[in-house]
Amino acid sequence: MTQSYKIIDHTYDVVVVGAGGAGLRATFGCVQAGLKTACVTKVFPTRSHTVAAQGGIAASLANMSEDNWKWHMYDTVKGSDWLGDQDAIEYMCRQAVPSVVELEHYGLPFSRTPDGKIYQRPFGGHMRNYGEIPAQRVAAAADRTGHALLHTLYQQSLRHNAEFFIEYFALDLIMDADGACRGVVAWNLDDGAIHRFRAQTVILATGGYGRAYFSCTSAHTCTGDGNGMVARAGLPNQDMEFVQFHPTGIYGAGCLITEGVRGEGGYLTNSEGERFMERYAPTAKDLASRDVVARSMTVEIREGRGVGSGADHIHLHLEHLGREVLDQRLPGITETAKIFAGVDAAKEPIPVLPTVHYNMGGVPTNYKGQVLRPTATDPAQVVPGLMAVGECASVSVHGANRLGANSLLDLVVFGRAAGLFCGEHLTPGATQPELPAGGDELALSRLDRLRHADGSTGTAEIRDRMQRTMQNNAAVFRTSEVLEEGCRLMDQAAGALADIKVTDRSMIWNSDLVESLELENLMDCALVTIFGAEARHESRGAHAHENYSARNDEEWMKHTLAYVDADHKVRLDYRPVHTYTLTDDIEYIAPKERVY
Amino acid sequence: MAEFTLPKNSKVGVGKTVKAPAGAAKVKNFKVYRWSPDDDKNPTLDTFEIDLNDCGPMVLDALIKIKNEIDATVTFRRSCREGICGSCAMNIDGTNTLACLKPIEDVKGDVKVYPLPHMPVVKDLVPDLSQAYAQLASIEPWLKTVTQPPPDSERLQSPDDRAKLDGLWECILCFCCTTSCPSYWWNGDRYLGPAVLLQAYRWLADSRDEGKGERLDALEDPFRLYRCHTIMNCTKTCPKGLNPAKAIAEIKKMMVERQG
Ligand SMILES: Cc1cc2nc3c(=O)[nH]c(=O)nc-3n(C[C@H](O)[C@H](O)[C@H](O)COP(=O)(O)OP(=O)(O)OC[C@H]3O[C@@H](n4cnc5c(N)ncnc54)[C@H](O)[C@@H]3O)c2cc1C
Ligand code: SF4
Ligand code: SF4
Ligand code: FES
Repeated sequence: MTQSYKIIDHTYDVVVVGAGGAGLRATFGCVQAGLKTACVTKVFPTRSHTVAAQGGIAASLANMSEDNWKWHMYDTVKGSDWLGDQDAIEYMCRQAVPSVVELEHYGLPFSRTPDGKIYQRPFGGHMRNYGEIPAQRVAAAADRTGHALLHTLYQQSLRHNAEFFIEYFALDLIMDADGACRGVVAWNLDDGAIHRFRAQTVILATGGYGRAYFSCTSAHTCTGDGNGMVARAGLPNQDMEFVQFHPTGIYGAGCLITEGVRGEGGYLTNSEGERFMERYAPTAKDLASRDVVARSMTVEIREGRGVGSGADHIHLHLEHLGREVLDQRLPGITETAKIFAGVDAAKEPIPVLPTVHYNMGGVPTNYKGQVLRPTATDPAQVVPGLMAVGECASVSVHGANRLGANSLLDLVVFGRAAGLFCGEHLTPGATQPELPAGGDELALSRLDRLRHADGSTGTAEIRDRMQRTMQNNAAVFRTSEVLEEGCRLMDQAAGALADIKVTDRSMIWNSDLVESLELENLMDCALVTIFGAEARHESRGAHAHENYSARNDEEWMKHTLAYVDADHKVRLDYRPVHTYTLTDDIEYIAPKERVY
Repeated sequence: MAEFTLPKNSKVGVGKTVKAPAGAAKVKNFKVYRWSPDDDKNPTLDTFEIDLNDCGPMVLDALIKIKNEIDATVTFRRSCREGICGSCAMNIDGTNTLACLKPIEDVKGDVKVYPLPHMPVVKDLVPDLSQAYAQLASIEPWLKTVTQPPPDSERLQSPDDRAKLDGLWECILCFCCTTSCPSYWWNGDRYLGPAVLLQAYRWLADSRDEGKGERLDALEDPFRLYRCHTIMNCTKTCPKGLNPAKAIAEIKKMMVERQG
């Protein structure tokens, strides 16, 4: 079959899949280390989803309030509901300050304090002195920090002459018989050719899979492609049942209103005009952790105190901040509220609803970025030649619930770490063995099968079924009954893939085929999300199980490892959480009750 | 008489029409430019009747509805659906804009959707932007400094200096402006166009940048900068409300100033 496709071969030291914040930082890090590096991306780099991040990037710069990395680490551990690996969290919080300073040195247009330093705002769950009062920790470029960050990293990639393969869709990894990753196969949308990349190391940086749900803040291109590739390679995804609902997606449209607006003084009210967060989180109030705020809103709505004609959403108030603050610090969301909610935020509240936003789960890695293949005897075993960074990975620094502004941080810290690791461990230009015969078979047969798929159900219809099931059955609150039903419905949705119909048969810019390939990736992500959730009989972070409403550290302080086979059957396994830190500078933070 | 042929893709024929389902109450016609690279056929304008009561508010919502429910081969770029990634730039109702920010209601009569003008078309609404991207790289759009930054902290920049970047750094590289500029249409191989010149000015205006001299030298050329004749199409069309024409005028002013 390979005969019928035009195939072009390449050899690189490193191939990065993805050009969002994580992928770009890894790419030019590898170039800086003298490695021949290719960056393969399905969208032009500045169109990656990182561009949409609004609020900011966390680092204890202490420009505007006293701060240090230990407080940041404590908040991150507490935010993760003790599912995060503390060695990785220590690494991230310590690297935060140099990483953000480095971004400024690259030219990122941060907002400034009167004395010319980087401006920082309060954000949910970021506190001073181990949870006492909110800290001003989140470095921001107005409310378009992701845009500023992504463009800056793209500029640096140009400066370092990084080699890009733009609008190339990565299909599958090339694995060898020993279980090492040897490269990746991609399809050039522009001319239809297939490219086989051989590399000493492949770094996955493909972002999240928000589009497994019907309503999400994520872009259409957030389809979990890296997670799908890993699953098809027989490797696990980790902690996928932890899906973050952002408290303030615009009601209806789903577009995000950053938590930064609450950092700047915005607050939520119910139909009685009550600032209800004061009841649920007396200290942090509207700046409690996201899972806490999303649940509180859901309870308010359930108990009949939602706003609007259907009493089915909540109001977010910014009117009191005044036009000047909005123009200066929150111009982007003011515009978004106008366009997508028809609301003038300086005059009226914005209608909001908890909306799927971020995937804590992903490809398991250690803090260096190496992908894990845990076994019973060696939970830290790595997959040679494969790394993962950014939202597609689970390091795990976010555990069961990510703190706002810690994701952009994750991107640059671990993107940089991956570059450093490759620089230390790879020899530029080292000879590589031939690719295993048939190593591209998985990719090509999948492409060919879907391209000619002539069943009776269109891609959009199957996708809709999956998205609605996930929306209804794996929501903010979960019960055994609803999850079990969800597992059944998801099995059916996955079964429908056997009967998929693809209409466009072209090899050039066939976006029908792209969406179908993406749907297969989304499907595996959705399956492990709901099966993992059904199995986890406790409540932790973003996973709120009503039949098991308490955290159960004895049984469940462990990472889920979820495998999917070719017939979309899920198998679950577990590995221990790291109960140690990276250095002696800080002690392991023992679990305790989580109050805000 | 000399043979005269129109350039490829310029003659647009009438395409198919897909009727709205019976009972549709609020029908709007979407006329969508179609061209496939896989055959030698001329482009067509296909008509899709859409019931607005069963469709989201933006033109992108309608295109997605067409792709999902009527014709899966309709091809366009999209990602963020909130006007920040710059993917869905196209020509709607005669204006270059972002499909995800363009309310259907704003269009009187049929909604005509074409790719960004005067760029090679890859397929349907997908233009080839590689020339514009290469021009962006050519201006070396990164911070240039000679002075070392402080090792452990940020460079300082006053809020006033930082404010000079507002209206510049927010550009999403959608190229709506560049593809609306007549000077770019005729001299796009040598004139940089408004989007890239706005980026050039973004660095010239940055108090931290120390590459002003060489940046201006690189623009000192009859074509790269000086093909702008202040026609203002760029500023009128920018979906993010930015003002590339003004940025270009500022660069010209800097050129004059440095001549003394
Ligand atoms: C609206 C919104 C606002 C946010 N605000 C914040 C914030 O203020 N602070 C914060 O810390 N976090 C924020 N986040 C989260 C954060 O933005 C994301 O987690 C982060 O940007 C993900 O970056 P990434 O580099 O992992 O992936 P992305 O930026 O999603 O990039 C993925 C890349 O992979 C490529 N890719 C994917 N699949 C393939 C394939 N098959 N072949 C080739 N290439 C492929 C894509 O082309 C793209 O380049 C926000 C998220 C959203 C949705
Ligand atoms: S002002 Fe200059 S750049 Fe803008 S459209 Fe006119 S000629 Fe083009
Ligand atoms: S200036 Fe405006 S129209 Fe031009 S590329 Fe930037 S955002 Fe698009
Ligand atoms: S889809 Fe991103 S700008 Fe329209």
